Amino acid sequence: MKKLILSLSIGLISASLLLAGGYSVGDKASDFKLENVDGEYVSLSDFEDAKGYIVVFTCNNCPYAKAYQDRIIKLDEKYKPMGYPVIAINPNNTDVKPDDDMSSMKSRAEDKGYTFPYLKDTDYKVYKEYGATRTPHIFVLTKDKGDLKVSYIGAIDDNYQDASAVNDAYLANAVDALLANGKPDPSFTKAIGCSIK
Amino acid sequence: MRFKVITSTGLVIIWLLSSFTLKHQPRVLAFSDFEPHLHFSNDTTYLVNFWASWCTPCVNELPAFEKISEEYGNDKVKVLLVSLDFPKQIDSRLIPFIEKNGIKSEVMVLNDPDANKWINKVDAEWSGSIPATLIYNSGTRTFHEGVYTYEELRSLVEQYLQ
Repeated sequence: MKKLILSLSIGLISASLLLAGGYSVGDKASDFKLENVDGEYVSLSDFEDAKGYIVVFTCNNCPYAKAYQDRIIKLDEKYKPMGYPVIAINPNNTDVKPDDDMSSMKSRAEDKGYTFPYLKDTDYKVYKEYGATRTPHIFVLTKDKGDLKVSYIGAIDDNYQDASAVNDAYLANAVDALLANGKPDPSFTKAIGCSIK
Repeated sequence: MRFKVITSTGLVIIWLLSSFTLKHQPRVLAFSDFEPHLHFSNDTTYLVNFWASWCTPCVNELPAFEKISEEYGNDKVKVLLVSLDFPKQIDSRLIPFIEKNGIKSEVMVLNDPDANKWINKVDAEWSGSIPATLIYNSGTRTFHEGVYTYEELRSLVEQYLQ
């Protein structure tokens, strides 16, 4: 009986770990099909020439997300021509955060002149599968023999307050390493962010 | 004599003014100066809550911490509200928030932009989203990323006090 309880609880713990886990660096990532602010549906496979993707979970109102808006545009402008376009996804539940609905996302994309897709995670499934917990939260994916491989997870850089005071541009360094056929180091970083609602 | 009276009156006025203006002025610390607050080793149980005045779930959770602080104030339980508000918003937003809501627990601001260097030092399980809470005493630590209800906090504090 004791053994049964023990194995059951181990089973439950591992199941919950799997559910809570999301992706780790090195895992295979799934493509998705989500609605963009222009009304079109976007999948990663639409970008045939891309070498990989900078997937950014972000939102309209989180101060950390807003602090990085301009930097994300610059990253897209720099890395899209090199094969790593930014794909932004808004994962927040619009029942909890009405300001993260599609019409507010459209206004934001227009006001800021977003150069990249800004997609709504309508069923709140993609962020859970990826394991995003906060905004902004970055996942760099690389095309690898027909699959998508997670190559970097984490922060954009080491200073949300001041772009001109950044010492470690974690994300840009990671993409530079991948473009040079190397491995990002570090491939996993953390940052403070708003919990995804 | 008259000079002394004027001087002491002046000092009293300065003291009154400073205690009024500094009452809600939270300390602003870099992580290295804040870190000891995560490792006090004495007979007190600490509830260290990471929050920000712009974070809705954090703000909704604050009354639970205030209630614990009030109810267990005599039981060697200390609530520390660690704000991650942006430094430029301390005067314009954080202090008015503390005053408006009559927050009585100690508030301090953790201002250290490279969070990647310190998040794991709070707890390796923390992904970095707020709210997040560390409860600890000299023997045990409990970390939770997400919101606590008052009942959950109360039951944890009771366990820590046993």
